[in-house]
Amino acid sequence: MTLGSALQLAFMLIVPLAVLGFALANRQTQADNARGTEHHSPRAYYAWYSVCWVALPAILIFFFASLLHLLHLVTIPSTILLVGAVGLGIFGLYFSQKTISKEFRAIHRVEKVVRVTLIAASSISILITIGTVVSVVFEAMHFFKLVGLWNFLTGTKWSPETAFLFSTGRADSSVAPPEFGSVPLFAGTFYITAIAMLVAGPMGLFAAIYMAEYATPAVRKIAKPALEILAGIPTVVYGFFAAITVSPFIVQVATSLGLQADFTNALAPGLVMGVMIIPLVSSLSDDVINAVPQAMREGSYALGATQSETITKVILPAALPGVVSALLLAISRAVGETMIVVMAAGLMPNLTWNPLKSMTTVTVSIVDSLTGDQAFDSPQTLSAFGLGLVLLVVTLCLNVVSLVVIRKFREQYE
Amino acid sequence: MASTFGFDEKAMRARRHARERRFRAYAITAIALAGLFLVFFMVDISIKGASAFRQGELLITVNYSPEIYANPNMALDPEVAQIVSRSFIRLIPSMMDEDSTLSGTTRELWVLASADTDQYMKERPNRLKPRQQKLVDSMMQQGTAKLAFNTGFFTSGDSKLPELAGIFSAAVGSFYVLLLTLLFSFPVAVMCAIYLEEFAPDNRLTQIIEVNINNLAAIPSIIYGLLGLAIFINFMGVTRSSVLVGGLTLSLMTMPSIIISTRAAIRSIPPSIREAALALGATPLQVVWHHVLPLSLPGILTGTIIGLSRAMGETAPLLIVGMMAYIPDVATSFSSASTVLPAQIYTWASDSQRAFAERTAAGIMVLLVLLLSMNATAIWLRNKYERKW
Repeated sequence: MTLGSALQLAFMLIVPLAVLGFALANRQTQADNARGTEHHSPRAYYAWYSVCWVALPAILIFFFASLLHLLHLVTIPSTILLVGAVGLGIFGLYFSQKTISKEFRAIHRVEKVVRVTLIAASSISILITIGTVVSVVFEAMHFFKLVGLWNFLTGTKWSPETAFLFSTGRADSSVAPPEFGSVPLFAGTFYITAIAMLVAGPMGLFAAIYMAEYATPAVRKIAKPALEILAGIPTVVYGFFAAITVSPFIVQVATSLGLQADFTNALAPGLVMGVMIIPLVSSLSDDVINAVPQAMREGSYALGATQSETITKVILPAALPGVVSALLLAISRAVGETMIVVMAAGLMPNLTWNPLKSMTTVTVSIVDSLTGDQAFDSPQTLSAFGLGLVLLVVTLCLNVVSLVVIRKFREQYE
Repeated sequence: MASTFGFDEKAMRARRHARERRFRAYAITAIALAGLFLVFFMVDISIKGASAFRQGELLITVNYSPEIYANPNMALDPEVAQIVSRSFIRLIPSMMDEDSTLSGTTRELWVLASADTDQYMKERPNRLKPRQQKLVDSMMQQGTAKLAFNTGFFTSGDSKLPELAGIFSAAVGSFYVLLLTLLFSFPVAVMCAIYLEEFAPDNRLTQIIEVNINNLAAIPSIIYGLLGLAIFINFMGVTRSSVLVGGLTLSLMTMPSIIISTRAAIRSIPPSIREAALALGATPLQVVWHHVLPLSLPGILTGTIIGLSRAMGETAPLLIVGMMAYIPDVATSFSSASTVLPAQIYTWASDSQRAFAERTAAGIMVLLVLLLSMNATAIWLRNKYERKW
């Protein structure tokens, strides 16, 4: 019997047991009530107390057994697990029914159990974080052992295609060794991010200013949901749009201007990504602009300033930390964005300043190296985790800086 | 007017007002450009995708003679055989096996046109030869070739032949994956939010949890794909490209956003309600279960729907855990391989056959309609149950 089928069987046995426990406890307390006995706690809590005794031991047993199994420490035979879990469930049923009495404070016991469950649920976020960091770091270490951190960070050539030949020992002198220099990938990433921010920064900020300061309530009522629609469009759709509509358009315009543009140029994903990020910038900036107290505006108007002077000289400086933090979050979003660049940015690493040339990014390389048919321990596959680690570090730094900016420089208006 | 301060006030005021108008114009331009983009985008996708909802069909004579077992092409006029979908021709022998009365008869049937014929009938670029084009033209005049509503697009799965490819199995896959995402992330996220808002003492552990949740919400989605690959597939041995691994991966991604919106919903319940319940002798858990949760439920649901709609459009992590494989069949269990709508769109978009471009746009239209209706539900919920305390 596998662990999975044992789990299924146990579930099928424990659930009726728990229901039985609930019903029995309910009946007993009801009968007591009919005889005129007042219980300490509301009746339902005795029933739930019984359920806890039946279900919790089984859940814990399976949880720890699965954990041990997954960590390859000990594998307890599934049959023993199943018998143990169900046996403990039956014992719990018997024990809980015995304990029910007039003075028994079931409500406090149940509350304690619930509270522990809530704490466990909250700790899951920590587990996820640890899991993410450990798994990415662990695989990245494998990669850096093969390639070398310094080579990875400073190399200017990224050509991992031949890695699988070397890892299987089929390479001869005619095959160029794979190279894992990530500089062109990061250059491409930051270049496309910069294009996106050139679009999203001014447009998002001005959109926020318009909505917060100029728009009438009626216009605001239309403009805000429209921006929210932009935010709700999936990135794969933006990617298709960038590749099918925007890219050919850019190529056409470039040709008519006498310029040479690649079909997978960096400009198209940059522009479309910029549009994608506008709602993020505008809604965050809108919030901070709205938070600037009305008295500051009125003070400025009273001194004779026009609305635009009030905005640029009073409101924006007051809202600056919030705006900066919004822009940082937008950058981190752009750096980590995948689908648009996968579909429109090309696969060739290219160190160039020309936005009409094809470029590739970190996320494209991650997808590229993981969607092939290679062994999992090939350096090319593992390179995805090296890149992922750097991506994780960069975005986390941006998030932390943005949080610190908000916290440190927030003005207090009291 | 006399100048009070020794410079031309009038000119200065005009300049200031001009600057004001300019600034205002920038702001309006920004929002108008965003709106224009949205309109252009919707129109562009609709124009590209609308034609996929109609599909070329041909009325042809099929000759069910026994010879066709050797060569199914013999069942049709050789000219016509070239403009009919290959899928139909391949199926003729098995049709005869299933229905023995067919043998030796001739029937007239409406069948799918090949992708190129279909594209020609829609006046799009195609690879039909001039002779075949003439044949299709004459069939259209006789009424034996028509563009009919494409039901197959909604009822069939993926296919290598564009005229057969549909979104049904991807839609079912999306549904299962979302169901699992909801099952895994919703209970844990709500419990976590309740603990943090109602019970947690302000200590080191809670602070760490809070910072963690904010960070998790901001991690790029592709990292969750790497996590799913490393932990669920390599470490736990969950089947690659299965519904289960997709649901697990997406629920990790969705959980932080549900926690954040649930906390906001719980926080908006005024303390007086809790205090009143406590004053009447309710225990803290009863306060939560009987008062706080029911009152914050609309807010929680709104946040959950928005989180799920984001998960539904997410593609990058699912590519990493293998959900872009070619899977034409509908998923039957949580461990069976499946594809999802965005992944299907991605696969079609990267296909070189032209006829897939319109299918991609049509798939996008379906996905957008689903997502927008989910978001609209969320907004409707928020407006309906929004209350000021």
